Amino acid sequence: MKTKRFIVNSACHILLAVLSVIWVLPIFYVILTSFREEGGSYKSYIWPKGFTLNNYVNLFSGDNSIINFPKWFMNTLIISIFSTLISAFFVLCVSYVMSRLRFKMRKKFLNIALILGMFPGFMSMVAVYYILKGLGFLETGVMKQIALIIVYSAGSGLGFYMAKGFFDTISKSIDEAAYIDGASKWDTFIHITIPMSKPIITYTLITSFMGPWVDYIFAKVIMGQDTPYYTIAIGLWTMLEKEYINQYYTQFYAGCVVISIPLLILFLMTQKCYVEGVGGAVKG
Amino acid sequence: MGIFKKKKELIYTRPSDASTAQAFRHGDTTTKLSFFIFGLGNLLNKQIVRGVVFLLLEIGYLAYMISFGFKSLGDFVTLGTVEQGQTYNEALGIYEYSMGDNSMLCLLYGVITIALTAAIVFVACMSGKSAYATQFRKERKMHVPTFRDDLRSLKEENLHALLLSLPIIGILVFTIVPLFFMILIAFTSYDHEHQPPGNLFEWVGLKNFISMFSTGANNLAGTFWPVLSWTLIWAVFATFSCYILGMLLALLINRKGTRIKGFWRFMFVLSVAVPQFVTLLSMKTIFDINGPVNILLRDFGIIGSQESVPFFTNALYAKITIICINIWIGVPYTMLSTTGILQNIPAELYEAAKIDGASAPTIFRKITLPYMVFVMTPNLITSFTGNINNFNVIYLLTGGGPNELTYYYAGKTDLLITWLYRLTITQKDYNLGAVIGILMFIILATVSLLTYRHTGSYKDEGAFQ
Repeated sequence: MKTKRFIVNSACHILLAVLSVIWVLPIFYVILTSFREEGGSYKSYIWPKGFTLNNYVNLFSGDNSIINFPKWFMNTLIISIFSTLISAFFVLCVSYVMSRLRFKMRKKFLNIALILGMFPGFMSMVAVYYILKGLGFLETGVMKQIALIIVYSAGSGLGFYMAKGFFDTISKSIDEAAYIDGASKWDTFIHITIPMSKPIITYTLITSFMGPWVDYIFAKVIMGQDTPYYTIAIGLWTMLEKEYINQYYTQFYAGCVVISIPLLILFLMTQKCYVEGVGGAVKG
Repeated sequence: MGIFKKKKELIYTRPSDASTAQAFRHGDTTTKLSFFIFGLGNLLNKQIVRGVVFLLLEIGYLAYMISFGFKSLGDFVTLGTVEQGQTYNEALGIYEYSMGDNSMLCLLYGVITIALTAAIVFVACMSGKSAYATQFRKERKMHVPTFRDDLRSLKEENLHALLLSLPIIGILVFTIVPLFFMILIAFTSYDHEHQPPGNLFEWVGLKNFISMFSTGANNLAGTFWPVLSWTLIWAVFATFSCYILGMLLALLINRKGTRIKGFWRFMFVLSVAVPQFVTLLSMKTIFDINGPVNILLRDFGIIGSQESVPFFTNALYAKITIICINIWIGVPYTMLSTTGILQNIPAELYEAAKIDGASAPTIFRKITLPYMVFVMTPNLITSFTGNINNFNVIYLLTGGGPNELTYYYAGKTDLLITWLYRLTITQKDYNLGAVIGILMFIILATVSLLTYRHTGSYKDEGAFQ
């Protein structure tokens, strides 16, 4: 019995070890290549002949007018900060209303939101493109960036499910106590619910912040060929295009590492909030 | 009957809760007129600001309609009649273009006018109801709210209006109007041969839908069915492979004998934390013809030193590779979520089973598995619909390739969603793209409505309040 258990345990550990190697290896390869000294794209070997930090240094020197990582980084940062603020505000408003207030159109709104969520997101993209064009948003690069902020945040009110679920777990008796003390619903929202909702606010902020960093498709359609105004995602994609890949292959990996680290930290933070959020805000 | 009416009147606790029909039926002449002259009832009862706002909205709408709206509605029906002219000016030696109608703009302005009209009908109802509410209060000698009261009510019983207004405007302008516009495009001939401003396009009814389902030259059934079946195969494989393997992995890590659980979990979570497009782009290079995987295979002598495995260039290989890469991406997610669920299974169940002498496989089959399936089903459905819509994985890995010549601008690994993208962005067949979008919506809506309505969170959302 004991030997049998030993064999099973060892087999499991070996299996886990093999699997984790499979899962970590690609990440390891990305990091390894980002330090590779020799330029060019694909090599006939895997372990680099020499190591260097130059890929990172060159990445941030931004000397090329087309491939300009620092500029892309700043573009994405600005766009995501603005769209985060707007969409977090929208999401909080909608989810609070849907969770706490009862009014005539409520059930209808929930159903419409559900149906809208089923249309492929960029089916409407072409129309959005023309609406923005019609409004004159696609004339200059800066206007395109504003357009992108609008696109990322305008429809965000529909993504309220997570936050609504959180508000649903806050006990209603807290609100009622506030009403009895003479607080208006607005006061209750601002002074009681919001301060109690830090986990979900952080979660909403971080998820909407990460959106522009990982979105490829809307950014590409709106920016077109305007490389100086690109965001990170389309910028990195550009580095892999045929005319650039030979020169920028290693820098591409460096760029991947550079943006993965902050996003990794943010992701781990959302995990924490997620667990707290699902666990409920108030017990008893 | 009289009693019934009285009852109905008393049902609503506040006069503003009356429905539009009730307001019209019970309203006096002023109230009824308020449906057509906005704000009349309010203006006559000293609710000046409210009345003026209503009136201004109506005047603004009428001004818009007279100056622009009626013409745009006409254009919406015809989608433009004057084609852009082109005459050769011999004196200057250039082509001169005369302004024609732009069908796309005709359609867009038509949609906007319709949206505004719908909005003004809504305002008309509001105006009528508001007039009725005032009448109702006056008849009962109740306090008629002033503008200040209206503002104050935004913080109290009308808080939802205050908080929802901006998000709803955003959703209307950037989600609903565009969607409506694209649905209409599915019924037009807006393809690569009818590109405004050079050419006009027109209403063609169901022609695009028919061509999507009929075979033969210029028809798309030969592309649509293979793409649809691959989409469904992909969604099933992608969903279930991640689900089953992720669950097994979670079980493996959480079983009693496993040491350093946290370490193993971390190894897998690492890949979740890397942004998806970074993973996908790196995978694309890793599995390239000259990528590291092929190099490894050559070094180990599995393939010849000049050969390479066509991971993305052979249709079958590409499909398998994509599903495998998706497993690599998806399994850690499932592992994370199932770990939580596994830890939540009541321990008493296991103890009771052990006392009854159940073997480990039986316990798994009778307790763990049913519990997991029960909790994970809604999750499974969302990930199934998510996979039907999974644009990134396909687009960033293969771009839909390898291309298939017998298809209409699609490749062997194209999903409906990436085909839609190609048709609209690359090929500019907007009408066909819109048709696919509508068909996808029908598929997704059936799947999710059938199942979503049965989930607990929809049925008793107030369970925790």
